[in-house]
Amino acid sequence: MAANKKLSRDRVAQLTAQDIAPGSYINIGLGIPTLVPKYLDPEKEVVLHSENGILGIEGLMPGDEGDEDLINASKQRLQLIRGSSIVDQSLSFAMMRGGHLDATILGAFQVAMNGDIASWSTGAEDDIPGIGGAMDLVAGARRVIVVMEHLAKNGRPKLMKSCTYPLTGVGVVTNIYTDMAIIDVDPTEGFVVRGIAEGLTREELQAATDAPLKFADTVMVLAER
Amino acid sequence: MINKIAPSLREAVAPITDGASVMITGFGDSGLPRELIDALIDHGAGDLTIISNNAGTERVGLARLLDLGRVRKMICSYPKSSGSVVFAELYRAGRIELELVPQGTLLERMRAAGAGLGPFFTPTGYGTSIAEGKEQRVYEGKGYVLEQPLAADFALVKGYHGDRWGNLTYRFAARGFGPVMCMAAKTTIAQVDDIVPLGLIPPEAVITPGIFVSRVVRKDA
Repeated sequence: MAANKKLSRDRVAQLTAQDIAPGSYINIGLGIPTLVPKYLDPEKEVVLHSENGILGIEGLMPGDEGDEDLINASKQRLQLIRGSSIVDQSLSFAMMRGGHLDATILGAFQVAMNGDIASWSTGAEDDIPGIGGAMDLVAGARRVIVVMEHLAKNGRPKLMKSCTYPLTGVGVVTNIYTDMAIIDVDPTEGFVVRGIAEGLTREELQAATDAPLKFADTVMVLAER
Repeated sequence: MINKIAPSLREAVAPITDGASVMITGFGDSGLPRELIDALIDHGAGDLTIISNNAGTERVGLARLLDLGRVRKMICSYPKSSGSVVFAELYRAGRIELELVPQGTLLERMRAAGAGLGPFFTPTGYGTSIAEGKEQRVYEGKGYVLEQPLAADFALVKGYHGDRWGNLTYRFAARGFGPVMCMAAKTTIAQVDDIVPLGLIPPEAVITPGIFVSRVVRKDA
């Protein structure tokens, strides 16, 4: 696979941001998702949620500035925006689990064609397990958007017929943005490709994917810029 | 006259006995009652069950409590934050018990205990390893897991302002686990930056009312 057929992390984040509707309330997870906010048009007034009870985040504070009582799930210090609010953690999780967030944007180890997601443990023997808010987010957000590299670091596919790692949620993922494609997860059709990186053939994309791919009637060609 | 003010951190944590279950507020470094944790370390109680979102970092505070072998069991959602070295050592050596709970389920289990509710169904973790051994049920097409209330003997809480009735405010997102843990523990001990005269906190600005708080102590007392 030629490297130049893959989209940059920033481009993947930008493509993801373009599909977020104005006025949405969204939660942003670790990995490439952390790049998404900088591509959200401020005019859209997309409100970012942090699981520790903050609604309305500007972005990260530079360096050591900021306040230890204003952090995100990655424990990075945040800035608040005009209109932001702070609640206790139980109410924050009610937002997540109760279907109040329009979307959660998160990374994953694996996603299966039925929408299963594995993102918290590789099941390795010396692995220290940690779930945090991931299971609540995928159980409750209206859309579960996975943003990740198409292939794992060892070159293995991450888009699977069925997940081999412990699950975070069952049948929950709605959309996937990778450095090779934009893929919707359809309850009956499975993985449906909506966009493909420029220069990449359908055969090459399929070879990088464990599960069978279907292609939408119109498949966008995703240029780096 | 109601007076919940403890004269010192040492006296505030004095009732905590060996084998107690202790909830501790905090999300990473935010909302950690550092001074109360240090007082608990000095106090010396062991064989503790600690209920807290994370498992401490470096070798200070909660991590030091673990390092000293005072904790038999951790109930938490995310014990692998960067710098959680002590927990990783103990866990890999088989010297600490872990009950891993999704964060929202941890919160709602405590809230249920504090609110007088019994077991409840949550969609979180349905179909995953977290649901193994628990009742699972499909209701109106959606799967749920039955989870149990979680109470504790004590809660150590980081407040901001407090008064002699135990009314509390919190600073920014240090609020976090505070309101729920205050409800779920038999004895709640809150450290605050300042103790203010009764009536100074406007009623609608009280986040945790004193009915849920047993002791209030200045963090430098």
